[in-house]
Amino acid sequence: MIHTLSVLVENKPGALVRVCQLFARRGYNIESLAVGPTERHDVSSITLRVNCDKQPLEQIEKQMHKLVNVLRVRELEAGDAVERELALISIAAPPERRPELMALADVFNARVADVGPESMVFEVVGEPEHIDSFEELLRPHGIRELSRTGRIGLRRASVRRANRQRVLQ
Amino acid sequence: MNGADAVLRSLEAEGVEVAFGLPGGAILPVYDAFARGSTVRHVLARHEQGAGHMAEGYARASGRTGVAIATSGPGATNLVTPIADAWMDSTPLVCITGQVRSHLIGTDAFQECDITGVTTPIVKHSWLVQDVEEIPHVLKAAFHVARTGRCGPVLVDIPRDLQEAEIDFRYPDEVELPGWRPPVRGHARQIAEAARRIAAAEKPVLYVGGGTLNADACAELLALAEAGRLPVVTTLMAKSAFPETHELHFGWPGMHGPKWSNLAINSCDVLVSVGARFDDRVTGKLDAFAPGATVVHLDIDAAEIDKLRRADVPVVGPLKQILGDLAAQVRTLRESGRTSSPEAWLRRLTEWREEFPLRYGNAGDLKPQKVMETLQALTAGRDDVVWTTGVGQHQMWAMQYLLCDRPRSFITSGGLGTMGYGVPAAIGAKAARPDATVVCVDGDGCFQMTCQELATAVLEDLPIVTVVVNNGYLGMVNQWQSMFFEERRSHVHLTHAVPDYAALAEAYGAAGFTVSDEGGLEKTLSEALSCGRTAVVDARVDAHEQCFPMIPAGAAAVDMLEYEDPEPAPTPIKAVGA
Repeated sequence: MIHTLSVLVENKPGALVRVCQLFARRGYNIESLAVGPTERHDVSSITLRVNCDKQPLEQIEKQMHKLVNVLRVRELEAGDAVERELALISIAAPPERRPELMALADVFNARVADVGPESMVFEVVGEPEHIDSFEELLRPHGIRELSRTGRIGLRRASVRRANRQRVLQ
Repeated sequence: MNGADAVLRSLEAEGVEVAFGLPGGAILPVYDAFARGSTVRHVLARHEQGAGHMAEGYARASGRTGVAIATSGPGATNLVTPIADAWMDSTPLVCITGQVRSHLIGTDAFQECDITGVTTPIVKHSWLVQDVEEIPHVLKAAFHVARTGRCGPVLVDIPRDLQEAEIDFRYPDEVELPGWRPPVRGHARQIAEAARRIAAAEKPVLYVGGGTLNADACAELLALAEAGRLPVVTTLMAKSAFPETHELHFGWPGMHGPKWSNLAINSCDVLVSVGARFDDRVTGKLDAFAPGATVVHLDIDAAEIDKLRRADVPVVGPLKQILGDLAAQVRTLRESGRTSSPEAWLRRLTEWREEFPLRYGNAGDLKPQKVMETLQALTAGRDDVVWTTGVGQHQMWAMQYLLCDRPRSFITSGGLGTMGYGVPAAIGAKAARPDATVVCVDGDGCFQMTCQELATAVLEDLPIVTVVVNNGYLGMVNQWQSMFFEERRSHVHLTHAVPDYAALAEAYGAAGFTVSDEGGLEKTLSEALSCGRTAVVDARVDAHEQCFPMIPAGAAAVDMLEYEDPEPAPTPIKAVGA
């Protein structure tokens, strides 16, 4: 089963490696990974998705808590979190196909980030499933290149209070 | 003052008495600082692996943090084995390595190695120092992390230019580690529940691990066992945590533990795990380990709870406090008279111990077990003997036959199973306990991995006695090939005679002894133990002797293989590629 973890780490060299290594040594592949700054300059946020059974995941979370640079580990449960991802998709777009592509983009609130003679680049932001759908519909048109950020997430304000007890310690 | 001086002033501020190391290019400024003077004694090893194991032996014998120093590249990689060993056995260890100059890092410079990268999975934390001003803060944090929570190794990698840079030294009072919050107290409600379960048990067992020694909680353990009349089994790592001549001590669990110890665990109704980690060498087949028992799991490390065995009553926190509280509560519950009595259970355990003693045959050559029994007889009642071992058959016999009453008097490599640990660990232990007679019970395979440290023992005036249980084989591998590979012995024959261990000892300026018969055994060992010098006893023992009882890897305790009388005729040995 796929799990999403939100990990706050000190913004120090090696912090990311130490977190990822806990998965790698057990043979789990990280499906997506997003790292970036937070509201505090000395703290970074790691959001990672991993396909892993519940029991080993709990063990990995406990090991993560023991890492000196890790400040907080939290599993983002589906529905309890706001999750977003950004994708850039370069697609074959000869002039005669462009109106159709533009119409499709419009439905998904995608923007045109760049246009060339034979191709264009869409930029789309949304829930990861939303991007999956857009990607599927574009695929028959010939995707040349695609890059996704990996999802980032925050627990929904509405469930924070109720779930305080579940914060792993 | 420069960064190198700051390193030594930091070690002094931490109260470090002794550091074990070997100099080289990237750590030269630190050694130059040693030349300027320090209260820290430096013990010069012959190999960085030796330095690392010495620091471990020192830590194990003293309860303090061991310090090892090495240069960059090969010096640092030679420390990897001791670091992994300290990781597996939770030994507090601070390793300080030199690194190439900052501007050369990442350029494949001479003797460059990304040692923080190499050791990531086997340290609690590591630091690559980026600025000379960080040195005191990083070292303060390093000692703090190594010794708090679950003990373990840390590494501090210092580029050479930072060792040479000027610093205005001030040692910090506090550490700033917002992400490092080891538990400080066990939960009161959980402790109360644990006390109730223990007191209500009809067949309780305290399954004690090395965490008890690290927590300095041996007195509290004794108090709990006596308050509740609770039988104690100690794992290899916990050997000496509970007095082994005490009536409540019932041996050592696991692969080569006596039958009575494994029967105790197998039949108990409440298993109290005290700083132990359900290692596969203890449990064998996990499902068949203490089947049906309620598990009370006490540990400083929350990650141990439910890792291998589900805990019914987990208590996370420092064992000293938890065991102290439990002892008081169990005593109160017992005094209330409303608890079950473990006396019938204790009688049964005692019967098992009498019914299934450790056995071995006497036919043929000198038996290794006889060497152990003689060592035990010669040292019985002394509280100034510290044992160390290598890894293999001799280690298991040492576990079975040497009885240790004083905490930290048995030092061995458990989790990693590091051959060659014994001699350097003994030197480290001697540095910690100069008053003690430190004896390394070693195998001939192990001894040949680190025997160059005899030079360290002799020249640094850290005399140790090594008893080489010399069966001429990589004995445990030989045993496995005999038992599980249809006696196809492949590359295990070392021979009794090459090298001549007594002559080798003398070449190092130590005393050398050779004994190969029971008649001369006691006299030779006695002489070696009392000679006051570094000594090596080459005890040439039966090449075919196997270590029993044995629970084959992955098997259940009930499928234990036992010594059988009469002894089967020795199989002629056909060594392959010997």
